[in-house]
Amino acid sequence: MKTIVSYSIGFLLSMIFTLLAYNLVFVHLNSHHRLISHPVLLVAILTLAMVQLFVQMIFFLHLGQESAPKWNLLFFISTFCAILAIVIGSIWIMDHLNYNMTPKQVNQYINDQSGF
Amino acid sequence: MKSETGTQYSAQSDKNYFGFWVYLMTDLIMFAGLFAAFAVLRNNTFGGPSGKNIFDLPFVLIETVLLLTSSFTCGLAVLSAVRNKKKGTICLLGLTFLLGAGFLAMELYEFSHLFEEGNTFQKSAFLSSYFSLVGTHGLHITAGLIWMIILFLYILKKGLTKGSVRKLTLFGLFWHFLDIVWIFIFTIVYLMGVAL
Amino acid sequence: MMQFIFGKLTWNDLPHVWYTIGGTGSIMIMMAAAAVLLTYCKKWHWLWKEWLTSTDPKKIGIMYIVMAALMFFRGALDAGMIWLQQSMSAGSAHGYLDPAHFQQIFTAHGDIMVFFATMGFLTGLLNLIVPLQIGARDLAFPFLNTLGFWLYVAGAVLMNMFFVFGGEFGATGWLAQAPLSELQFSPGVGVDYWIWSLQISGLGTLLAGINFLVTILKMRAPGMTLMRMPLFVWSALCSSVLITTVFPILAITIAMLTLDRYLGMHFFTSDRGGNPMMYINLIWMWGHPEVYILILPGYGIFSEVVSTFSHKKIAGYLSQVIGTGLVTVIALMVWLHHFFTMGAGADVNAFFGISTMFIAIPTGVLIFNWIATMFRGRITLASPMYWFLGFITTFTFGGMAGVLLSSPAADFQLHNSLFLVAHFHTMIVGGALFSIFAGITFWFPKFMGFKLNERIGTYAFWLWLIGFFLSFVPLYILGFMGATRRLDHYTNPSWQPLFMTSVIGFIVIVAGALMQLVQIAVSIKQRKQNRDTTGDPWDGRTLEWATSSPPPFYNFAIIPQVKSRDAFWEMKSRFAKASRERGKGNIVYQDIILPKNTAMGIYVAGFALFFGFAMVWHMWLFALIGMLGIIVCVILRTFDEHTEYVLTAAEVERLEKRI
Repeated sequence: MKTIVSYSIGFLLSMIFTLLAYNLVFVHLNSHHRLISHPVLLVAILTLAMVQLFVQMIFFLHLGQESAPKWNLLFFISTFCAILAIVIGSIWIMDHLNYNMTPKQVNQYINDQSGF
Repeated sequence: MKSETGTQYSAQSDKNYFGFWVYLMTDLIMFAGLFAAFAVLRNNTFGGPSGKNIFDLPFVLIETVLLLTSSFTCGLAVLSAVRNKKKGTICLLGLTFLLGAGFLAMELYEFSHLFEEGNTFQKSAFLSSYFSLVGTHGLHITAGLIWMIILFLYILKKGLTKGSVRKLTLFGLFWHFLDIVWIFIFTIVYLMGVAL
Repeated sequence: MMQFIFGKLTWNDLPHVWYTIGGTGSIMIMMAAAAVLLTYCKKWHWLWKEWLTSTDPKKIGIMYIVMAALMFFRGALDAGMIWLQQSMSAGSAHGYLDPAHFQQIFTAHGDIMVFFATMGFLTGLLNLIVPLQIGARDLAFPFLNTLGFWLYVAGAVLMNMFFVFGGEFGATGWLAQAPLSELQFSPGVGVDYWIWSLQISGLGTLLAGINFLVTILKMRAPGMTLMRMPLFVWSALCSSVLITTVFPILAITIAMLTLDRYLGMHFFTSDRGGNPMMYINLIWMWGHPEVYILILPGYGIFSEVVSTFSHKKIAGYLSQVIGTGLVTVIALMVWLHHFFTMGAGADVNAFFGISTMFIAIPTGVLIFNWIATMFRGRITLASPMYWFLGFITTFTFGGMAGVLLSSPAADFQLHNSLFLVAHFHTMIVGGALFSIFAGITFWFPKFMGFKLNERIGTYAFWLWLIGFFLSFVPLYILGFMGATRRLDHYTNPSWQPLFMTSVIGFIVIVAGALMQLVQIAVSIKQRKQNRDTTGDPWDGRTLEWATSSPPPFYNFAIIPQVKSRDAFWEMKSRFAKASRERGKGNIVYQDIILPKNTAMGIYVAGFALFFGFAMVWHMWLFALIGMLGIIVCVILRTFDEHTEYVLTAAEVERLEKRI
């Protein structure tokens, strides 16, 4: 529904998710990575981003609210899948390539460093 | 504008909306390529600074709020236009412009600050991919600002015709989409860059 | 000051070597000849008004095909030079080309054939056929159509401009892989020509993809549900989906290379953290779907050809649709098979090897459906059918080579060998090119109004087929023997006879191509005897045959109501004879709205060409002017309210009665 109310809901929800993600990061940093571990933080802020994506798609871009056939929705879904393939595919492939194509000592060194 | 019987083809605005939507999807994929490059090159700092060292999160939060609010005011401007309220449309569009310009100004400040410190895009692959990803978004914002100026002129000249409303709607799609891309820049580049 | 205006361009960059002088000379002669002819026949205005500024997809389609044929000729010339060099350059002989020049030739050959010849032919056929087959009058966005065409032309011109200015093209292979294409190893302008030519034409292709997608989904005639669409339209749709999905990846990858070269960034450099392997990952993420973009329309063409010339509806329409769709989706999941040997390891390689093998399954479904369509049909062996039969043998052969290569273990031996070269040429020539020839011979009577000479067409086909096998079977063998690709010289004397056989094959192919030109010339001479008066010379099944030959510029006076698949076949069986309803008193004509001609596409593309050239030579002032020109033209166009005109019902009636 294209009303002021729906845009306002979208705006408020987006604000909340943005601030939530922001605060999670600071909790993590201020507690010296103890209160929320790395993987938990990663999943949390990515999930918040995804949720905010859908909030904005639905409330600002009216995803799925067209009359049938819902081509816009279909194209968004296919684009989303393509993007997942591109980003995740690249990370997976390049990680493997980087590891295999790096001299052994350097890999050792990288392993000793912590980090994402 | 009616074609012969009006039944067979979708209205022109429906085709335009869908066509523009498809274009936005292609733009999303282009950004995905930049995100993929950033993800792969995120640790290639070549001894130089990484995200932790150069990102100022509170500053970026303000930028984010500015852009998010401008996306909201843009949506309201389109609503206003559809309801044929010319004054409201102009005001809200103006507000959108100011917020967007504020965002861009902050981003340019951030970039110039980095350049002053010597952290240019030539320094490392990480910095190259950072400047390119955020810079491309900034270029799109700039294009949006120019588009808004042209929209102002168009609405002031021709009023809120069907054509103006259509153009404004398409602009709205574009502006919302830019905020959506920013969600991911904020999360993946800034938040993850600092915390992880 | 001179440097600010002229950038890196100096007098030394004008032609001074035999091939740049030759290239420049031939371009100048051709342009002069065209200018003289146009002036003598007083056809400048006609050309501008009827063709260059037209928004009619039938005209744009023909222009695409003409341009593609020109570029095909240039690409074939490059191929000939490669063949000649390789047949001569064995042992102590070194042929007539130095390595640096040879590298530019095979680079240009690949880019021209893929981007400008094949894509051009296919986009042309799409423009000609899709609107007619869905019962529409035009594409969804006529301006984007003409803009896309002129951007394609601008890219083609820019790719050939190095003959005149600069004298060097990229020497990096058709995909300009990093780090060879970086400034450190390619400091000249060659790679920059590559970059801007492909960015500009790539944008044109993307616009065309969006256009066809929206057209097919939103502008079908009433009653034409998706499952009643001709299979050519399905393949056009799937191809357009692939274009819109992957051309942005090409654009951004070339952009990152551009940023490296122009702004000193480090995406793909070999220092400061750059990762050249990322370039290869991204470019093939585009590159593999690209080859499916090239072949899918061909599958559609063959579905039309086989069902028409077997006088039978296509076998397994639903499985054809699903098969085409599966090919489209899987095409996006196989790209790593282009770099199995780069070192991603066994698990990554295994995933992509299996997905590559999977693509053979839907492809097989398509092939079996075509054969099943022929089974128990009444087959007419006209030229298009010959091309189909040639395709079946050739493409299956090459496809099997592909399945062989899809196994990472086998690919480790055959990667970048002549076996690979033979494989992909089999797919593109035997697959895409043969489908283009089938399409052109099939639809020629529709757009030209007369049939092509069948006898000469058959000769041309056999020459192509025999020539093709003579050229490429030796390359398969050489690949097994260890010959790698892109060799300008080799030491093993036992290879030479095979290379020479290949050259003979090339000569036979050239004879075939000449035969095609002869066919066109003879057919034009004989056009009165071969006139197509009914609009339906082949007893066709789909809506394009329901119009006159050539169709009126508005395609259909009355948009047809579609009641089934093979809509025209159904109409014919419903009405005893005429394939068009003509002049019967009870037809109610209506006003038709059509897009006007526009020169804006030419202007934008002209500025784009100017911009691209300026960027190649670092002429920043001109680049800025070019960019501003593009932006201003686009903005002006959006302010243009009068882009359409009305063809009144009375006028339509008058034109229809004249046919």
